[in-house]
Amino acid sequence: MNRRKFLTILGSAGVASTLGTAATATKAEAGHVFPYYDESYGVLHDTTRCIGCRRCEEACQKVNDLPKPDKSFDDLSVTATRRRTSADAWTVVNKYEVDGKPFFRKLQCFHCNDPACASACFAKCFRKLPNGAVVYEGSQCVGCRYCMIACPFYVPGFEYDEALDPLVQKCTFCEPRLQEGKLPGCVEACPMDALTFGRRSDLIRIARARISENPGKYVNYIYGEHDAGGTAWMVLAPAVDGKGAKVEQNPIDAGHTMKQLGLNTHLGTQPMGELTYGALGAVPMIVAFWPVLFGGAYAITKRREAMAKQAQDAAVNEARQDVAVAVDAAVRKLEETEGPGAADRARRAMTEALKAREAETAHARHGEEN
Amino acid sequence: MSQHTIVIPTKDKLFNLEPLLTRTPGNILTWIILAVGLVVTVIRFTMGIGSVANLDDNWPWGLWIGFDLLCGVCLAAGGYFTTVACYVMGMKHFHSAVRPAVTTAFLGYAFVVVALLYDLGHPWRLPYMFFFPGTTSVLFEVGLCVATYVTVLFIEFSVAPMEWLSCKFPWLLKYRKLVIRATILLTIFGVTLSTLHQSSLGSLYLIAPEKLHPLWYSPFMPMFFFVSSMAAGASMVIFEGMFAHKGVHDYMDETHLREADCVVLSFAKAGSFILFAYFMLKFIDMLVQANIPYLFSGYGAWWLLEMFGFVLLPALLYAKGSRDGNVKLCRIASVNAVAGIVLNRFNVSMIAFNYQLPPSDGYFPSIGEICISVFVVTLIVTAYRFIVYNMPVLYEHPDFKGEEH
Repeated sequence: MNRRKFLTILGSAGVASTLGTAATATKAEAGHVFPYYDESYGVLHDTTRCIGCRRCEEACQKVNDLPKPDKSFDDLSVTATRRRTSADAWTVVNKYEVDGKPFFRKLQCFHCNDPACASACFAKCFRKLPNGAVVYEGSQCVGCRYCMIACPFYVPGFEYDEALDPLVQKCTFCEPRLQEGKLPGCVEACPMDALTFGRRSDLIRIARARISENPGKYVNYIYGEHDAGGTAWMVLAPAVDGKGAKVEQNPIDAGHTMKQLGLNTHLGTQPMGELTYGALGAVPMIVAFWPVLFGGAYAITKRREAMAKQAQDAAVNEARQDVAVAVDAAVRKLEETEGPGAADRARRAMTEALKAREAETAHARHGEEN
Repeated sequence: MSQHTIVIPTKDKLFNLEPLLTRTPGNILTWIILAVGLVVTVIRFTMGIGSVANLDDNWPWGLWIGFDLLCGVCLAAGGYFTTVACYVMGMKHFHSAVRPAVTTAFLGYAFVVVALLYDLGHPWRLPYMFFFPGTTSVLFEVGLCVATYVTVLFIEFSVAPMEWLSCKFPWLLKYRKLVIRATILLTIFGVTLSTLHQSSLGSLYLIAPEKLHPLWYSPFMPMFFFVSSMAAGASMVIFEGMFAHKGVHDYMDETHLREADCVVLSFAKAGSFILFAYFMLKFIDMLVQANIPYLFSGYGAWWLLEMFGFVLLPALLYAKGSRDGNVKLCRIASVNAVAGIVLNRFNVSMIAFNYQLPPSDGYFPSIGEICISVFVVTLIVTAYRFIVYNMPVLYEHPDFKGEEH
């Protein structure tokens, strides 16, 4: 028994006992660890060991009661086509050319530490469990498929042909099996030890040990250690170059290899959900400030209208007074030259004319308002 | 002159359905589209989404989200834009434009929700977001704001049907008065909600930086979506007005006709300013994100086409049109601007989305999806026609003429 195998078994033996402690820990709400996912479980996928036998796919289909595929699992040629996970196939193995040499990589849910799907779901269907699994509860799923938009790994599949109860489906980390103290189906079935199950912090130590103990075999990058905020399932990639001597020690150089393996190293180290938190954080600000801002604008508008009306009224009054003074002077002069009778007649005519004009302007203004 | 031809519904003859039922080419086309749409609807709800749509695991969102939801909400922005201009900023000469804008906004939003039901796997579970609120989700914000704003728009719009029905049910007048008193409150509530969800439609894509092409992905997407929705609001008032003048000219009163040209020119001016600002925002964002190298690719050419042909060009046309008092040019510009908004939403949701997938994994909407989208647009147009034929939207009801509100 080599060290790797020992660790795998050690890890699986620990499942039952630790699940117990995890449950007590949540119950007592004590014993917080930071980061909280360090002690949760994960799987390390060593692509230098994977031979593309599809046993993991077969085991996944069996333990999860998934529909049988059209082509049997013995047909290895399908690995050459670019397949992705779907509602019926929660894990697939594909062949990739890395610098001219063929390698296989298994795809499944990465079980992110801070999953994008859980952040994106508006009905809280996804949960990250203390044991590391990201699980989905379909009974409250609305079927909006925003989780599929959000997932940076193109993992969740949707039952498009289901008429009444279409759900999102993805790898569950064999959560029910973990509860029973068993290994995930794919890990158990792997004949090449390409999948190592264990605590996430242990897996990172194992991965580092493999990289340093085997110079020239691996690129110096554990995919999933930090990508997208870190994932429970991680990938070790082969270092291949023509001369066989050069090792890609610089993690930045690893992007070249990772890309050929279909792994995106440009996701950043933050959980994907965090990218939306700035925008969501602005919501309370807008709720608070907009009514004040637009209420203020409304008040200014009203005040301006009132001031304009006041100014207009003042101008009209002034003009009217001017006219009255002039008329008064004219009538007095008339009284002096023509006598009081003529002055009375002039006054009467003046009042009538003013009344008629007022009525006219009032009518015009009414028409304008409409 | 047209005032005399408007049929005001009375207690005895409440409905004016004749224009919808006569055998004109337009009506026949409407009936055919509605019939086809109903058939596709039955297929969709009995045999699943996969039976009518080209959606798959790589393309969970397609035409129904890209057009019906993103474009539908954006193009219904005329509602908040016009009410704020008229009531908050006190531009009273836009008053006759308020009701048509609120009507189209309400119909737009209501049918966005209808279209969404086709896309959801479990449409009847839509209210679940209130029972299990996923507050970390942008979609939750969108859902909450759209649900609230549809309610606000319904209340704002309800004045027209209440005036229509008041001849038979006079008790409606009490509620009408209540709503009119709350106008300014509803307007401010509406603009707040609009700001939130117009921008959050852009925020939806913040979570997928690896899927959306860098020329379109930006941390400022929420702002871009909001600013472009203002331009869409101004453009849609002109755009819809153009069709309304063709189709339902007889239902416009003198005030509406007198103010119509002024509304077009003023909104064109506003649209020009907003589109210029939007162009600058996008351009600076492109420079700040060091995206110049991407310009020398196929996507880069496409981006430049969008920016120059569908943002800067309509901005210039609007500027020239409003300056020269050229209503026709403004209308041409509005077509250009509306096409630009649709193009932008298509780019974000479909064309520049999943840009790293091989072409064999591409997406093109199926006939079924297109049928549903056309069906929904036809439903909106038909509902709009019904409302205009019966309710005081393009004219002032003689019973309520001259009321200040």
